[in-house]
Amino acid sequence: MIDRKPNPKAWLLLLPMLALVAFNAVLPLMTVVNYSVQETFGDNVFFWSGVEWFRQVLLSDRFHQSLLRQIIFSAAILAIEIPLGVLIAITMPRRGIGVAFCLVLMALPLLIPWNVVGAMWNILALPDIGLLGRAVNGLGVSYNFTQQPLAAWITCVVMDVWHWTSLVVLLSYAGLCAIPQPYYQAAKIDGASRWAVFRYIELPKMKHVLTIAILLRFMDSFMIYTEPFVLTGGGPGNTTTFLSIDLVKIALGQFDLGTAAAMSLIYFLIILLLCWVFYTVITRKGQQ
Amino acid sequence: MKTAMKVANLPRLVPLLYIVFLLIPIYWLVNMSFKSTNEILGAFSLWPQEFTLDNYRKIFTDPTWYNGYLNSLAYVAINTVLSVSAALPAAYAFSRYRFLGDKHLFFWLLTNRMAPPAVFALPFFQLYSSIGLFDTHIAVALAHCLFNIPLAVWILEGFMSGVPQEIDETAFIDGHSFPRFFVRIFIPIIASGIGVAAFFCFMFSWVELLLAKTLTSVEAKPIAATMTRTASTAGYELGLLAAAGTLTIIPGALVIYFVRNYIAKGFALGRV
Amino acid sequence: MAEIQFDNLAHSYIKAPDGADDWALKPLDQRWEDGGAHALLGPSGCGKSTLLNIISGLVAPTTGRVLFDDEDVTALRPEQRNIAQVFQFPVVYDTMTVHQNLAFPMRNRGVAETDVQRRVGEIADILGLTSDLNRRAAGLTADAKQKISLGRGLVRDDVNAMLFDEPLTVIDPHLKWKLRSNLKLLHQRFDFTMIYVTHDQTEALTFADNIVVMNEGRVAQVGTPAELFERPRHTFVGHFIGSPGMNIVPCGIDNGCAVIAGRRIAIANANAALHRGGRNMELGVRPEHIRFCDDGIPVTVKRVDDVGRSRIVEITLADVRLKVFVLGNDALPDANPRIAFDPAYTHLYQNGWLAGEDAAHD
Repeated sequence: MIDRKPNPKAWLLLLPMLALVAFNAVLPLMTVVNYSVQETFGDNVFFWSGVEWFRQVLLSDRFHQSLLRQIIFSAAILAIEIPLGVLIAITMPRRGIGVAFCLVLMALPLLIPWNVVGAMWNILALPDIGLLGRAVNGLGVSYNFTQQPLAAWITCVVMDVWHWTSLVVLLSYAGLCAIPQPYYQAAKIDGASRWAVFRYIELPKMKHVLTIAILLRFMDSFMIYTEPFVLTGGGPGNTTTFLSIDLVKIALGQFDLGTAAAMSLIYFLIILLLCWVFYTVITRKGQQ
Repeated sequence: MKTAMKVANLPRLVPLLYIVFLLIPIYWLVNMSFKSTNEILGAFSLWPQEFTLDNYRKIFTDPTWYNGYLNSLAYVAINTVLSVSAALPAAYAFSRYRFLGDKHLFFWLLTNRMAPPAVFALPFFQLYSSIGLFDTHIAVALAHCLFNIPLAVWILEGFMSGVPQEIDETAFIDGHSFPRFFVRIFIPIIASGIGVAAFFCFMFSWVELLLAKTLTSVEAKPIAATMTRTASTAGYELGLLAAAGTLTIIPGALVIYFVRNYIAKGFALGRV
Repeated sequence: MAEIQFDNLAHSYIKAPDGADDWALKPLDQRWEDGGAHALLGPSGCGKSTLLNIISGLVAPTTGRVLFDDEDVTALRPEQRNIAQVFQFPVVYDTMTVHQNLAFPMRNRGVAETDVQRRVGEIADILGLTSDLNRRAAGLTADAKQKISLGRGLVRDDVNAMLFDEPLTVIDPHLKWKLRSNLKLLHQRFDFTMIYVTHDQTEALTFADNIVVMNEGRVAQVGTPAELFERPRHTFVGHFIGSPGMNIVPCGIDNGCAVIAGRRIAIANANAALHRGGRNMELGVRPEHIRFCDDGIPVTVKRVDDVGRSRIVEITLADVRLKVFVLGNDALPDANPRIAFDPAYTHLYQNGWLAGEDAAHD
């Protein structure tokens, strides 16, 4: 255990970090706050408008819909990626040459630029030239993600599963490797079934890494922009217009700075709140 | 006995199937990169019928293409160095000292990792334009510090907390000054942690596009953004797009290969 | 409970073992009596944990058989062998309560719930865990956790043997003694076959009636604490057991006596010495079995260490160094010190083994 000593000089060590992060976080955030409470008619003339923008955003159907789409999407990918990632980690070999092989191949999608991921899935899923599009249609299922809302949504989910499940696998695998051998030996002697070993040894020991996995996956999926934007452009219609895509449309497409700024702040607060809730629930449950 | 053997081997199939699933889209991308756009749009085939290297030739000879790679690599490298060097002393402070507001500061730091880049796109554009850094490598490198520094601090703090405090105390008793101790003794001890943090910084800076695209126009344009432009303006040059995409996978694959033995440990973030 | 037997058993962690060094456990035959308190004692890396894991079935031996009450169990899995094991680091199921932990092995075996409740209650009472039954096991101290591991073995009435792998390593020193005496009481009460692995001779000697001393993958001696102390079969045992260990010095032989620096010394295994050539001979005698006297062999006192209630005197006989144990109130000789060896406890060793007893070894 580290016995941390009180030391006000610690702030000196934090200075470079603070300077960089504050420059990037505080100034832009202030700009956003500034826009969110003002009205402009062009020419850089601003008027105080109070909470008007916030009221508009919070009451708008458009925001409700993209928020709902976002929540359903994040819930779906969490529900698939977490169990799938844990399953793969558990079935992976623990030693031997297979390990490095598995790890390297599995980490590959994590290091592909996000728009390349989108482009890759685009050409894979296109019904005329894509392997996936051809295969699904060949099976007799009508599939065209540029036209069918459900197909577009499912393609986005599958793409995210492809892209990010490895993160859950690698985290879970790290957690599994840290379990001392005697736990498995004791369970054998106690006559525990494979399920009991998972339920009472592996799952509790993976709690910490799974917390990280759920938090990271939740945050990142809630901010998803590039991949679905390249894949579907938010369409067809608004099926895959998730929060970030909508926000960029408003800010850079329509240049509605006030609405965009207010939406940004609400968006950010939702993420903070949900992360805090997740984190508290998961760690509380562990302490009981 | 034979059926029992099969049942026992069944779990082994799960990672294998998963890897196949991972490789299919990558294969399709690589496959297309060796086809001409005409072939892609013409007949459907599982592998190139008229194998061509034209797409790659174009990328390696046209400066707007290969400069995209150099730009990306430049800002990723600057960002990795910046993030890790700023995070090192900060992580040391969090792991070794108690000070006013330490817990709140740590949480604030992590909230920056949670901030959606889309929220920051426009203010970043205005901020970096106003200080004259727009369309430079340093602008993207600085902007990426927003999410990479918190991550690097988090990872390094985990590794540092695993190093016994006695090491620090012994060094100070032996008369080492703080900077000397930090550089000569402490950094070598947590070298693997630094490697892991650098890997993650590289990874997130390399894959991010929204901010990189917003902050650049010509001079520092990342390869990923060059790709989107080409896809829309020069018609749908799919072969070229696929080749460029394939080439963006290579740096990542190389980095993974070098850190392969640390991946599992690195993802444990030093403190499972 | 059962008698445990090894039949010409050996183990190597290497797939194709080649040469003696590749074997973690060299061929051995061994029998552990039903209901006994047995200890496996040896330095780390001597193969004692391997041996324990072979008994429990966690490691399959390369060759040979494991028998429980004359029944061959070599091919059985750990859960089929009905053994219980307590590990070096306490293994408890973190998310379960103490009660659930204790009930776990019985529920896995489909024991009726009324029996589960009754057994858990009894065992918790004996181990002093009753007040903690509804607490989460994760928050308990190391010694309470170790009691739970032990309890998971005790609740079962079908257990053939209880195995302990250095179970007191992580326990605070002042609790070690308490837990050890608890264990001894439990053994007397339940009468289970118990095999206790340790590298700590005090633990082994105070605890077991039968000790197997191991070194470099082979059994150096099997015996009661008294036998190991008074008549070590191998110089390793003489050296490893006792504090300080046995004096072991090169010697010659002459007509049934050992010879050091030209002095003839009477030995216990004189008969064996009569038939031997003089190669690789050593004399072994414990510091406790040398005494100062007026008419013995003259020596020089080099130093005296006070170790509480007694003293350890280092002497030289010509150029041979020896240690002598002197009880607290006995006086040391002031001038011309002389010593005598107790012939009943002075032994002759050849190639490390007690002369006359090495027929079975190389």
